Formats: sequence, structure tokens, C-alpha cells
Amino acid sequence: MAARTLGSTGTRPPAARLHIDWTRCDGRGLCTELLPRELTRDRWGYPLATKSASRSDVGIGESSLDAANDAVALCPKLALTLIPTGKTG
Amino acid sequence: MSATRSVPVVQAVTPPATTNRLFVAGAAASHAAHLRSYGPLATETITNTLLVALEASGLTGRGGAGFATWRKLAAADEARADRVLRSSPIVIANGAEGEPRSTKDATLLQNSPHLVIDGLLATASAIKASQVYLYTVAENFRAVQHALNERPDARHIVLVEAAESFISGEASAVVNAIENGIALPTDRIRRLSDSGLKKRPTIVQNVETLAHIALIARYGARWFRSIGSDRDPGTRLVTVSGDVQHEGVTEVAGDTPLRDILATRGVDRSNVLAVLVGGYHGTWVAADNLGVELSAAALAPLGGHPGAGVLYVLSKQRCGLQATADIVQYLANESARQCGPCMFGLPAMAGVLTRIASGHRDPNLRRELRELSDTVAGRGSCHHPDGTARLALSALSVFADDANHHLSGRCTRQSR
Repeated sequence: MAARTLGSTGTRPPAARLHIDWTRCDGRGLCTELLPRELTRDRWGYPLATKSASRSDVGIGESSLDAANDAVALCPKLALTLIPTGKTG
Repeated sequence: MSATRSVPVVQAVTPPATTNRLFVAGAAASHAAHLRSYGPLATETITNTLLVALEASGLTGRGGAGFATWRKLAAADEARADRVLRSSPIVIANGAEGEPRSTKDATLLQNSPHLVIDGLLATASAIKASQVYLYTVAENFRAVQHALNERPDARHIVLVEAAESFISGEASAVVNAIENGIALPTDRIRRLSDSGLKKRPTIVQNVETLAHIALIARYGARWFRSIGSDRDPGTRLVTVSGDVQHEGVTEVAGDTPLRDILATRGVDRSNVLAVLVGGYHGTWVAADNLGVELSAAALAPLGGHPGAGVLYVLSKQRCGLQATADIVQYLANESARQCGPCMFGLPAMAGVLTRIASGHRDPNLRRELRELSDTVAGRGSCHHPDGTARLALSALSVFADDANHHLSGRCTRQSR
């Protein structure tokens, strides 16, 4: 199966989920800059999922995996975890 | 194991035949009275076949979420079996009862503590738990401690004090309180039944749920289902409060219509404006819908849920918007202030509701409250923002006429 990019109406399951630990998140907004298609900012600056059904475990498509990994590494509050979904390998 | 213990001789008993199941042994029941009423239960001999009986019984959690009890226990049992090192589970009886309009757990612990202890020991034995806790507020300590002292089989149960806060009974907050002394919810990637207290499979079970387990362990699933309906079998405890003659706790059959429950507490239905069902994270049900049954299935079309069995009655002399504004203000104050959307969103919601209730003529207020409710939902480490949003939106819908009057500057009711 060749990996296809996840369109906004794509029905493919996301490659991973970006888990937001709200108890750590301080609304710095770095993740929203790295993942503009998946996250926007609410009125207080906290990340708000734009199309994911879950707002605390945000679906990440194949094409955004690198950006999501960067977001995890660069979050100054260590509030993000990337959880692979489904079958691995 | 040949422990020499004097086992009291107990006559065989007839299982309770009415909806009075949890208080058969009377007020502040001693262990002797408990045994006389319910008969003995050899909890240490109970295996995971109890889970089969619980599945057949259809028992759901009575703490608020209404999750199938057997499923929760099975998850912890599987987690135990999956571990390389066979990490034994932990069971916690949750009697924190942070819901201000609920007194059922306190009533149960002060009057039928032995049913709760039986259920706790039976559950622990069924999933081979090695540690057992009972977590409740100071108010219930004397009764519980006395009951624990009456029983040699309960010496290992650790009694832990719960904080007097709205969220101290949220499952992850319970674990956090016992482990770290901090009764605040924690972020979780893994479920508690998989990795909770000390990273071990952990079951947090409401005390009423445990009391029902004690009875199912004795009399079986068929007996449990002999009262209530197929979709809501057994009995449940309900706390009725607010504008009622006799505030208090009633044990009712599953699927009992709200109006019948109110009748047991002497409520004049002709003077009811609405009833808040399910507590402060619940939903308003208008007076003309009081025929609805108190069950998850019946309330779902109204966006409601039995929650912890809380009915808060509002009379026609009161203003539903003002009452909701007061509750949302309370919920905002009870935020753990750990998660931004809740910390900022709930006070903002309380502010908008207060402005609507006090007659600000701003047509945008309703939209603002809907937007805030949508913004906070699903964005916290616990469901405090979700529950608050549900309450606020239900007020806008049930009290829509009132909102129209308010936003044109005329409240048709006294607000206090």
C-alpha cells in the first residue's frame, strides 16, 4: 500500500495521534505553526483541532508526521506525545 | 490456609423482594444486623466467575459515567494476566461524592457500610487484587472505620480521606490523591484499568456500585434483574433536592419515570419549572417532560444521563437562567486550573450566563455562550469542561423563552 496524503475529507485512518496533555500546555503555539492544517489557536492561544474528531488526541496524516515529531520535540512545555495508530511496519 | 476465625452462625435469608435492597439492615447497620438481613458472603472464595454474573446482571456504574461494571473489571483482569511480571490490580472504593446535590454515597456509607465493604472485597477477590482502598470524605470516616473494625476480613482495607471538592472523585484524581496527596485529575494516555495507582491495573468503583456487586454475588444476576427494566435493570439510589418538601435519598427501580421519583419526595408537580437531572454536569428537563424515565437510554434523546442519580428541582418561582449561572460560576471556581481551556473558558461562560440572567440586552450573548461551550468541550484532562458545557447548552434550550425575555430586558420570574 503506497502512502497517500490525507485529504481534508480523507477517510483513511490517521497514521498517528498527537496527544495534548492539557495540564502541561501553556498555549505557546509552536505546534499550531508547525501543523497549520491540523491545529489552530483558540481565543486564549491554546491549540484547537480543526478537523480531528478528538481534540485531545489529534489525528495526524502520513504527510504531517515529520512536522508532528518536530512539534513534540520543540514544545517548551513537553505537553505533546505522538502515538502511532493501527498496524506498525 | 487454616485461619481459626469464629464465623458467626447466620440463618439463611430471603433475598430482598422490594426496591428496598440497599438499606434492608436498617439505619447505621452493625455487622450483625447486616448478616441477619443479607446472609453471609465468603468474599475470599470469589473468583472471576463473578464477572460472568455481573455481565448477565447488566449492572452499570453508579458514580456518573454509567459504564458497564463487568467490562471495567475484565479490563483490569486482562491487564493483570498480560503483564510479564503479573502486576496485581488495585481496587479503590470511591465515596468522594463531590457532587453538591448528591448525598446517596454518604447515606450508603453511614447506613450500609458492610454492603460496600462486601462489594469491595468481592471485587478484589474476583480480579486477584492485592491492595484495597476506600476513599471518602471525613464526614463518613466514623461510620466506615467502625464498620471496618467490626470485621477481621477488612483489616487490610486502607481508608483514605477525600478532599471536599467537586472533582476529587474523578477517577484519575482519586488515584492522584492516594498516590501523591493531590486530588486533581491527571493526564492519561493509558487507561487506569491498564496502568493506574503505582502503574498497576486499577479499578475505581463508586460505593453504590460495590453495594450492588455485594448483592449480585449473593443472589445472582437473575435476582438483580427481577426489578427495573431490561435496559436499566436493578435499583439505583437517587438524591432529590432543591424546591422539594423532603430532600433526601430514595432507592428506585431502574427506568422509573422522573415524576414518580418526585412524588416519593412530596413534590407538587404543578409548581415545577424544570428538574436538573444528573447533577451539575447534567441537563435540565422541562416540566412537560417529567414522564421520561431515569435511565441512560430514555434520557439520551434529551441529551441527558442519570449521572450519579441526582435530581435538583426548580420551582416556578425561580429563574432557570439565574440558577444555571450560579451553578456554572461554582463549576468555574471548582476548576483545577490545570488546563487552559477550562481555566479561562468556564469563568467566561459563567460571566456570559450571568449577563443573560441579569437582563443585559445583548443579542450576541447566546451565540457567545454557544461558542464558548463548543471551545472548551473535549479539551481537558477530565470531563469538567464537557459537563459544564452540557449544562450551559441545556439551559439555553430548556429556558429558551426565558432567555428571549431576558434579552429583551424582562425576566418573568423572581431570580432569587
